[in-house]
Amino acid sequence: MSPNGEKALSSTKAMPAHRRLGLTDDQLLGFYEQMALARIMDDRLIALNRQGKVPLVASCQGSEAASMGLALAAKTDGDCFLFPYYRDMPMKLVMGVSPLETMIGHIGKDGNTFNGGRQFLLQGASPNFPIIHLSNVVGSNLSQAVGYALGCKTLGEDTVVFVSFGDGGSSEGECHEAMNFAGVHKLPVVFCCYNNRLAISVPQEKQMAIENLADRAAGYGFPGVVVDGTDSLEVYRIAKEAIDRARDPSGGPTFLELKVERLKPHTSDDDDTRYRTPEDMEDSRRRDPLARLNAYLSDLGILTPAHDEQIFQESRAEVNRVTDAAENAPWPDASNLYGHLYAP
Amino acid sequence: MTVKSTIEAIREAMHEELVADPRVMVLGEDVGTRGGVFLATQNFIEEFGEHRIIDTPLAECSIAGVSLGLAFRGLRPIAEIQFSDFWWYAANQLIGEASRVHYGTNGYLSAPMVVRIPYGGGVRGGLFHSQYIESYLYNTPGLKVIAPSNPYDAKGLLKSAIRDDNPVIFLEHKKTYRAVRGEVPDTSYTIPIGRAEVKRPGTDITLISYGLAIHYGMEAATLLEGDDVSVEVLDLRTLRPLDNETILESVKRTGKALIVHEASVTGGVGAEVAAIIAEGAFEYLDAPVTRLCGPDLPAMAFAPTMEDGFMVNTQKITDALLKLAAY
Repeated sequence: MSPNGEKALSSTKAMPAHRRLGLTDDQLLGFYEQMALARIMDDRLIALNRQGKVPLVASCQGSEAASMGLALAAKTDGDCFLFPYYRDMPMKLVMGVSPLETMIGHIGKDGNTFNGGRQFLLQGASPNFPIIHLSNVVGSNLSQAVGYALGCKTLGEDTVVFVSFGDGGSSEGECHEAMNFAGVHKLPVVFCCYNNRLAISVPQEKQMAIENLADRAAGYGFPGVVVDGTDSLEVYRIAKEAIDRARDPSGGPTFLELKVERLKPHTSDDDDTRYRTPEDMEDSRRRDPLARLNAYLSDLGILTPAHDEQIFQESRAEVNRVTDAAENAPWPDASNLYGHLYAP
Repeated sequence: MTVKSTIEAIREAMHEELVADPRVMVLGEDVGTRGGVFLATQNFIEEFGEHRIIDTPLAECSIAGVSLGLAFRGLRPIAEIQFSDFWWYAANQLIGEASRVHYGTNGYLSAPMVVRIPYGGGVRGGLFHSQYIESYLYNTPGLKVIAPSNPYDAKGLLKSAIRDDNPVIFLEHKKTYRAVRGEVPDTSYTIPIGRAEVKRPGTDITLISYGLAIHYGMEAATLLEGDDVSVEVLDLRTLRPLDNETILESVKRTGKALIVHEASVTGGVGAEVAAIIAEGAFEYLDAPVTRLCGPDLPAMAFAPTMEDGFMVNTQKITDALLKLAAY
């Protein structure tokens, strides 16, 4: 809950934080394995971009704990629907999207269930997952998520809707309109703002006159919570609370400001050395969510260096395998350019 | 059959669909207790409740975006944008997002939603309550765009739009709301989207138009009977997809085409219709394809003298038809 968040992982050996949250050692280890996989996948996508094989990468590095902690809460709940944004590749992995489909989607090969090669970053929607990620026009997903939640409420369903966006997206007028609408109707929506303090190159102080975006929630009549977005367990804990609140008849939306880091440039097309200092980047690296979770598991003796090495070896092998498979997959037939313009 | 105004027909279409399909919802500014500023949704909130008839905040972007989200969840929203002049806020959700849902998900998702938008001049609405927006919409693949001219078409086409699984923009000319009345069946019927209608058969010139201008075109055609000029009047009714077949069939018979609309001439629907004729009926033409359209100005001026200058009327159409007849 604290912006620079040293508190959240504090726990005793007898009763560590994750067990208090109802997560077993194995569940958390599995979560760590997925985070390692996401990191290696992200590094590979960047490498493939440099080889000219992946046109665009929006690196998730630094926001994995936010993206995955939310997804873990949604997945264990079992009745949540997600409207992610372009840094949420790890969220999709947690929800069960395979590494192969992720790789195929980023290259644009045939066979992904979200868009059939019509979109990058695995945008679109798939019959296999409770996810709609229509576009990467920042802020556009907010009112859609609110409408989806209104639909669920109208139908008498208990579904809770998550929508994620960045501090940059929070400046869009759409963000205001969506949160206001959700507040009026007390809709079951969790607004998840990943604040990495940069809208590409524009720093937070040039984006807004406040320190905590969560303060804005008061203006819409629902709670705003500042969360250390590099702390997986804290994100998970707060997300579960937000789900409960969404379903409470006297509850409604929650705004989560997840303070995250951006460990890479905005996208593969960006050069962040033009606007970030080496010290700033070093500060960000000290809050690497993967290293943080590693330290937590290691301190508790759940993860040994040998096991960690094994996890990374297996993740590399998996990413190698899906890279080869995706590179060998066929391109979508050119005729797929047409069709599905109008629903029949 | 009962004689009804266009606004009554529009209300009846929504009412029938709200009764028939519990997934249908209405949302927009003032659509609840106020019944809409034009009374298109009068008494709906009393009959269907505030869970289906939603008075929204004054925020067009979220009206469109929330509608899209409702459609994602399997509901069938009818959104009202109070005036066409305010729709620009919703452009991102309609042109940018809704139009790409089916295509961008490779046919998995669809966006069954209708956005009703009152538009057009002749009501002393001035620069910001009279705009024509169809030129900005009809060239968006993935959207359907309808612009009826009369109560019968308005009811049948709106019902088709509500039942359609795609985002449909339904443009309602404000001046037709009460000025244009006609016989409308009290029972349910639909009119297919994408079909133009020959309102009046003729042999010398095809007059192609839509919306309010159709009525001036019909008057002009009647006036020219005395001059032995036989004018066929074609009501496009749907602007996307255009009914190329009916356009070409008519122009091939008459050999001359006058395209009339109130929206600004450059890049308007008429430009596309002219291109369709040039490509598909060139050898049948006896005269240049001619456009009589609104001037290239931002929108309607306020003073009646200037407003009349902007608008198409029977006299302007008659003059254009006579000139074309003499060519």
